Amino acid sequence: MKKLRTDLQIIYDWIPNGVRVLDLGCGDGNLLTSLQRRDVTGYGLEIDNSQIANCIESKVNVIQADLDLGLPQFSNQSFDFVILSQTLQAVKRPDFLLDEIIRVGKQAIIGFPNFGHWQCRKQLVFGGKMPVSKTLPDYWFNNSNIHLCTIKDFEKLAADKHVTIIKRSILNHSHKDSLGIKLAPNLLGEIALYQIKKSAV
Amino acid sequence: MPDSIPVDSVGLVSPQFIHIDTPLSLESGRMLMQYDLVYETYGELNTQASNAVLICHALSGDHHAAGYHSLEDKRAGWWDNLIGPGKAIDTNLFFVVSLNNLGGCQGSTGPTSINPDTQKPYGPDFPIITVVDWVNSQAVLADKLGIRQWAAIVGGSLGGMQAIQWAISLPDRIRHALIIAAASKLSAQNIAFNEVARTAIKGDPDFHDGHYAEHNTAPRKGLGLARMIGHITYLSDEAMGKKFGRDLRHDSLNYDYDVEFQVESYLRYQSEIFAEHFDANTYLLMTKALDYFDPAKNFNDNLAQTLAEIKAKCLVISFTTDWRFSPERSHEIVNALLTANKSVTYAEIEATQGHDAFLLPITRYHQIVGTYMKRIASEEES
Repeated sequence: MKKLRTDLQIIYDWIPNGVRVLDLGCGDGNLLTSLQRRDVTGYGLEIDNSQIANCIESKVNVIQADLDLGLPQFSNQSFDFVILSQTLQAVKRPDFLLDEIIRVGKQAIIGFPNFGHWQCRKQLVFGGKMPVSKTLPDYWFNNSNIHLCTIKDFEKLAADKHVTIIKRSILNHSHKDSLGIKLAPNLLGEIALYQIKKSAV
Repeated sequence: MPDSIPVDSVGLVSPQFIHIDTPLSLESGRMLMQYDLVYETYGELNTQASNAVLICHALSGDHHAAGYHSLEDKRAGWWDNLIGPGKAIDTNLFFVVSLNNLGGCQGSTGPTSINPDTQKPYGPDFPIITVVDWVNSQAVLADKLGIRQWAAIVGGSLGGMQAIQWAISLPDRIRHALIIAAASKLSAQNIAFNEVARTAIKGDPDFHDGHYAEHNTAPRKGLGLARMIGHITYLSDEAMGKKFGRDLRHDSLNYDYDVEFQVESYLRYQSEIFAEHFDANTYLLMTKALDYFDPAKNFNDNLAQTLAEIKAKCLVISFTTDWRFSPERSHEIVNALLTANKSVTYAEIEATQGHDAFLLPITRYHQIVGTYMKRIASEEES
């Protein structure tokens, strides 16, 4: 069994046994494979040609699909959890995808790189350049991150969408928590993870 | 002729015949009192008979899916690039069965066979066979071969429809369905193409209402034309452009109505060859089987409900430039399987070759099928 990337390990820990999940941008299917051992069922969605065979090898039910088209193939509240890790910033309309996620999932877990991290701010303010970091390793012209956001931005969007934040975890690039991050998450956090659900109307 | 049999070929194979005396009741309400099926097998059936794979052919296919009948054969079986030792459908792991479907013209009972009641060829009196009927006859063959449950049933196009129907009709007898470049039912456009094909055949003066054999002739022109239109729809604009462009057969234009462009020459040649060896009544029958296929019609047109009782895990594959069985048709199958909460994997293969892609050795396509088949084999062991 391959070791999970730390943000995926946190998501793994947040998912209860035996639930039904939809993993958006599931990559090689590693998270779903790990979850299968805990009787978690469901599907992965992935657009990348090269990952589909990896998923098949891992015995993950993978559907090749484009998240920019939303989730029309799934009915309302048909999954216990919808997972979107490190992909929100790469879709054409994160707000539309968020709508779709909370429509399809009773709960969701969303993780993204925090653009409000001090190093991003420093590179932009003092260097006058788009940031390059361990969390955002590619240049502005060759990365797929077209809608980077900060922790504040995301929480504003969540509030506008009447999304309840059940819990969050903010980490640095080595996926560690610290007192500093707790005090100034938007400045010191590099990766943000949220467990959310649609607010009761 | 191959200089020598390639190492990844199943090698020399011989078709086998089986005569069935048990009457088959057909979806049309008619009965087929007795019939023959011709089939080939590749690889070895294991002692538990748990490694059997059924190959279902499409409109003009037959039982000869892999290997060679003799060293004089110009070409290997029609799916030889997919089936063989070490290939995606690995005959070192699986016992592969491929048959000519009922109503065919390559050895199984069909319109060219002698009707025992009249001692004349059935011709147009051969009952129309549907996908449901094929599944039932294939199940009889499975019984005879001692196969209670197929590890997988694999088919492209009309063959994929058979894989779907198996999963619906006999859910306990199929563990995996590989549904390639298929649809849960034909669109109006697709039926329209079939109708053009049928009109071409029936309009040939040599058709004689289907009794052409009694007149010692055959509607070759009509069948050739039917094949031509079919052939165009199996290719993509891009593939035809790449293959022929506007290339001429001669250096300059002749300003007459003879064949001038390479694409015209190719189509004529292909359709003539096809019309020589294929039976027109079989072609009519196969197009009707395509048109009729619509398993959801018995379930208020609700495909998810239609698939509610299936037990097979499904691999669905489509090709980006296939416009005869477009990716949208595969999405319909996948979405219904998702709604029914079934085990399904879907891959959309980038390919320029149109519907024909399912027959071609496209690396990523074969990698997906091969990986999936290995996974089936590993489930087998565990």
